[in-house]
Amino acid sequence: MHELSITESIVNMVSDEAKKRNVNKVTKINIVLGELTGFEEESIRFYFDVLSEGTPLYGAKLDFKKVKAEFKCRSCGMIYNRGNFTFKCPYCGSSGVLIEKGKELYIDSIDVE
Amino acid sequence: MEIKIIKDVLEANNNIAEENKSIKDERKIMMVNIIGSPGTGKTSFILKLIENMDIPCGVIEGDVASDIDARKMAERNIPVVQINTGGACHLNAYSINKALSTLDFEGGILFIENIGNLICPSDFELGEDFKLAMANVAEGDDKPYKYPLLFSKAKAVVINKIDLLPYFDFNKQYFYDGVKTLNDEAEIFEVSSRTGEGFEVLAKWLKEKYDEYVQGK
Ligand SMILES: Nc1nc2c(ncn2[C@@H]2O[C@H](COP(=O)(O)OP(=O)(O)O)[C@@H](O)[C@H]2O)c(=O)[nH]1
Ligand SMILES: [Mg+2]
Ligand SMILES: [Zn+2]
Repeated sequence: MHELSITESIVNMVSDEAKKRNVNKVTKINIVLGELTGFEEESIRFYFDVLSEGTPLYGAKLDFKKVKAEFKCRSCGMIYNRGNFTFKCPYCGSSGVLIEKGKELYIDSIDVE
Repeated sequence: MEIKIIKDVLEANNNIAEENKSIKDERKIMMVNIIGSPGTGKTSFILKLIENMDIPCGVIEGDVASDIDARKMAERNIPVVQINTGGACHLNAYSINKALSTLDFEGGILFIENIGNLICPSDFELGEDFKLAMANVAEGDDKPYKYPLLFSKAKAVVINKIDLLPYFDFNKQYFYDGVKTLNDEAEIFEVSSRTGEGFEVLAKWLKEKYDEYVQGK
């Protein structure tokens, strides 16, 4: 259920955009979604089908570009993605720090007819 | 045809959050957004903390439907506003905007008890000065690994229920490592809202933050 309100904003934002530009049919919405936001693609799709009914967005394909969080090792300096239950560097086993990546949640572009 | 948009999905919310910031700054309120799972001890923590603070404190109570927590605050003459989200799993900036307009409070710290949930409350900015993330000994040491966004954004992290440490295998090192990887600057506090342990240190830190806040305005 966490995705309900953000899907609402997606529908509202794209509807406004479509109206502003006199677009009758949106065919695709390209969304950038960071791993850290915790939002699930499948749930957004589910709510989208319901919420977009009767709008120029209905039937549009949702395309997600997933951004993985990146960490930089404090010891060997390598950049890495997280493991399942650990944030440790897979190369040397030391601790790292989160780089500002993976918090994205924005609409990149839309495809229209 | 492709049209470039590049707009944050939470833009509308963020704009109101900015508005909230100026409203509360005019009233010299430092706003702290408290986020943690249901039952982690947010209400008990706020009550205990306010006992330990010597500056005025108010509360915005978020709840899905009830007003039990708000009544506990009101019984102790703490200025409080209740927000019922009617099912939504987080507070948004708009609900805080309304709450600020009804709350008669200024010159102090306003604690927001967000809805018990670790996902959405971390995404929705309210106009707060900072987020306080709460975990507790009984729910396990892996919260930073499961909900990284919250811990990456929180200025203060509280481990509550430390009176229960002897009964649970809570690995402090593992928890601290997770938080420090996500957020090197986070201050971590260990407290028990039951025994009151740890509150003196936390209250002192908060008072410092409030003084800095007022001087910065
Ligand atoms: N042992 C222990 N129990 C606590 C502590 N803090 C809260 N509790 C208990 O945890 C339960 C949930 O607390 P509450 O403050 O309502 O949590 P909230 O849902 O996060 O607001 C209650 O039964 C509290 O008495 C603590 O530090 N130690
Ligand atoms: Mg509560
Ligand atoms: Zn390394």
